[in-house]
Amino acid sequence: MTNSTSTPGVVGGRLPKSEFEKRFSSELRPPLTVQEAAVAADRCYFCHDAPCVTGCPTGIDIPMFIRQISSGMPEAAARTIFDSNILGGSCARVCPTEVLCEQVCVREPSGGGPVEIGRLQRFATDRLMEQPAHPYDRATATGRSIAIVGAGPAGLACAHRLAMKGHEVVILEARRKGGGLNEYGIAPYKVVEDFAAREINWLLGIGGIRLEKDVDPVDAAGLEQLREEFDAVFIGVGLNGVNHFALDGGNLGNVVNAVDFIADIRQSDDLAEIPVGRDVVVIGGGMTAIDAAVQCRLLGGLNVTILYRRSRDEMGASVHEQAIAAALGVNFVTDARLIRILGGGAAESIEYEVTERAGKDRIGSGQIYTLKADLVLSAIGQRLQDAPDRLALKNGRIKVSGNGRTSLSGVWAGGDCVAGGQDITVAAVAQGRDAAEDMHAALSRPAEESGR
Amino acid sequence: MPSLQSEFIGIRSPNPFWLASAPPTDKEYNVCRAFEAGWGGVVWKTLGLDPHIVNVSGPRYGAVWGADRWLLGMNNIELITDRPLDVNLREIKRVKREFPDRAVVVSLMVPCEEAPWKEILPKVEDTGADGVELNFGCPHGMSERGMGSAVGQVPDYIEMVTGWVKANTKLPVIVKLTPNITDIRYPARAAHAGGADAVSLINTVSSITGVDLDTFSPEPSIDGKGSHGGYCGPAVKPIALNMVAEIARDEETGDLPISGIGGISTWRDAAEFIALGAANVQVCTAAMVYGFRIIGELTSGLEQWMREKGINSIEGFRGRAVANVTDWQYLNLNYVTKAQIDQDLCIKCGRCFAACEDTSHQAIVIGEGRRFEVIDEECVACNLCVNVCPVENCITMRRLEVGETDTRTGVTVDGSSRNWTQHPNNVAACG
Repeated sequence: MTNSTSTPGVVGGRLPKSEFEKRFSSELRPPLTVQEAAVAADRCYFCHDAPCVTGCPTGIDIPMFIRQISSGMPEAAARTIFDSNILGGSCARVCPTEVLCEQVCVREPSGGGPVEIGRLQRFATDRLMEQPAHPYDRATATGRSIAIVGAGPAGLACAHRLAMKGHEVVILEARRKGGGLNEYGIAPYKVVEDFAAREINWLLGIGGIRLEKDVDPVDAAGLEQLREEFDAVFIGVGLNGVNHFALDGGNLGNVVNAVDFIADIRQSDDLAEIPVGRDVVVIGGGMTAIDAAVQCRLLGGLNVTILYRRSRDEMGASVHEQAIAAALGVNFVTDARLIRILGGGAAESIEYEVTERAGKDRIGSGQIYTLKADLVLSAIGQRLQDAPDRLALKNGRIKVSGNGRTSLSGVWAGGDCVAGGQDITVAAVAQGRDAAEDMHAALSRPAEESGR
Repeated sequence: MPSLQSEFIGIRSPNPFWLASAPPTDKEYNVCRAFEAGWGGVVWKTLGLDPHIVNVSGPRYGAVWGADRWLLGMNNIELITDRPLDVNLREIKRVKREFPDRAVVVSLMVPCEEAPWKEILPKVEDTGADGVELNFGCPHGMSERGMGSAVGQVPDYIEMVTGWVKANTKLPVIVKLTPNITDIRYPARAAHAGGADAVSLINTVSSITGVDLDTFSPEPSIDGKGSHGGYCGPAVKPIALNMVAEIARDEETGDLPISGIGGISTWRDAAEFIALGAANVQVCTAAMVYGFRIIGELTSGLEQWMREKGINSIEGFRGRAVANVTDWQYLNLNYVTKAQIDQDLCIKCGRCFAACEDTSHQAIVIGEGRRFEVIDEECVACNLCVNVCPVENCITMRRLEVGETDTRTGVTVDGSSRNWTQHPNNVAACG
């Protein structure tokens, strides 16, 4: 392989092999040593009615678990975490803590930065997950069985809680691996060493959960069949479709959606084989856009630019994530509208127009620029696709009330596929868990009152 | 420019910081390094008669740590010097000759009979040392053999042995006291009565630093067993300050010079001891944790503070706080304060609320947006909220002005002072 960072076009192997290994094995949030954890934990003030707990969608008792770390009991700390969030291991790695628990930490205004809650959570969960035995027992068998569609964070959290309550669970996953976005959608610098897969194995250790992979997507008829066969159904299919460009050049070669690009990296055994452009433009302003741009730089892309139609402040990606990208040399072009993608056969450049504010809207300024782009990644949002048609939707996602009850009796839903969510792992976990509690309550009531 | 020059019972040293009798002063090599670093004096590690004692070959120290392994307290089960007497005497002589401007005091511990004292004192005088310190404080090991704190816990013995020493040497005599007693004034008075030129305190506090929950051995553990050690370091400073103050304000011992010891780690600690009556201070644990270089911070800090206060000498502020140490019954019960929270400094952790609500007087309320406020009607001014608040000066105690009414008691502050001896609830008070 003789390619380098300056080789034009979309090619793999821009870096020496050892460099790939180095770049992709280092983590955004490296683990804490015992001593570092002790120091980090000691910074927690054990606040009354702590703001961090309120800032956590799963409501983990953060001051308690940190105090348990302080007193030398990380395994007990992990129990505190898992009691609220069985995917606490993933969340410790992928949560945007800077806009959740850590953002509201009282240490933030007092200086010195917030308590490193995410890294402490990882410290604790890693230790308990190393133990050979699964930490939770199942209640007496209820004789009830529940189907879960989708093995992402919502489905897994739901399954575990139901198994704990003594129900039998079957998870139907359309892809080759479970984990959802934790497996396919989150850039490797946040989750290394195949953590998502290891976490699923650990979670299934409770027993009573059967994970069926590579199954056909569940359509309306399929859903009816599940309602017949099972006592309840939970849908956590995430957002299985992506938005596409509806503009000139959107169908050219090397115009790729960023979600697939990241999934390819995550599933790759040899990163040198992942082709990346010399001049990459990522369209979008969310976490996927940032992740994709960062991966392009790590793969050896020379000029990587994020093009976003609004301002930096309005990006879906947090300031922290933006800073990571900027530090890795990603360029930001904001307040700019993509007009078209140019090229013969494959993308060669893009044309964009600088926008101006006009009240709430934005209008073109007439200033048009061209930017070299041999790879264009679109990260302009994902959507729910092919939802079983009897389910009521809202804003294109499944409409739910209370703890995930859909318009169909006996059918609950949670995670990114439901309306009004935050589109983050930890929120999906909370919804899956709460739906499980609601399903359990419904199934425990006499038949005439239950949700069925 | 203030001077740190010290003169303690006739012993001169360039500053009031001496290293206490302990491992750092066990031999020539260490003491020379200490003097080169700038220490004003040393009390040489306690000498005894030959054959010299032996120490355990397992751990001698245990510790209590705060965050980040910050050493809060340490204990030791080390005994007096475990080197032959003549080796120590030769080294003391050489060191004193090499550093004539520094104080070299020799700590001594021999059996509780006059003969051994008669034997050892001339040998110490021969080294040219500036004085002797009688180790009546060591609480472990030696006390089982009738020495150390076994003497220090019996005022009659203190007086008797001090008398023997005074009768057998011209050197100034310091009596080092143990805190492991009920009232420090009795041993201090005994030392005074025996003719001591000064007392030094405190020696270490009897302690077990912890228990190993796997082996169930106390720490430090010697082959599965532990013996109580002597506790020292920052944790014992409040105990030492009180004992120094008690001696300084006692009628019988008020004029007895004091060498203050106990958890002194910074210039500020030293200044507090001196303000409570100590004429100089002795340091050990801080040097054992950080090395001799801390003397630079101790001297520069004390000198800067003295300059800022317009104080020219150690004597210029020695004992300045003594008159303010009193008995509880004389405290002004008409002095009324209320906690107040600076909302600009408050970081909204709610520790004050939890402390007050759960364990005190329910005098803090949580308002909209986690705004914590004091309910004056409930606040007894206990200061717990101040102590648990992680932000310095965020919660302070405000004194009620004359004319203000304490809404808790309904009593208006009139500027008068009244203590327990004058209080109507005190049935023993006579008007």
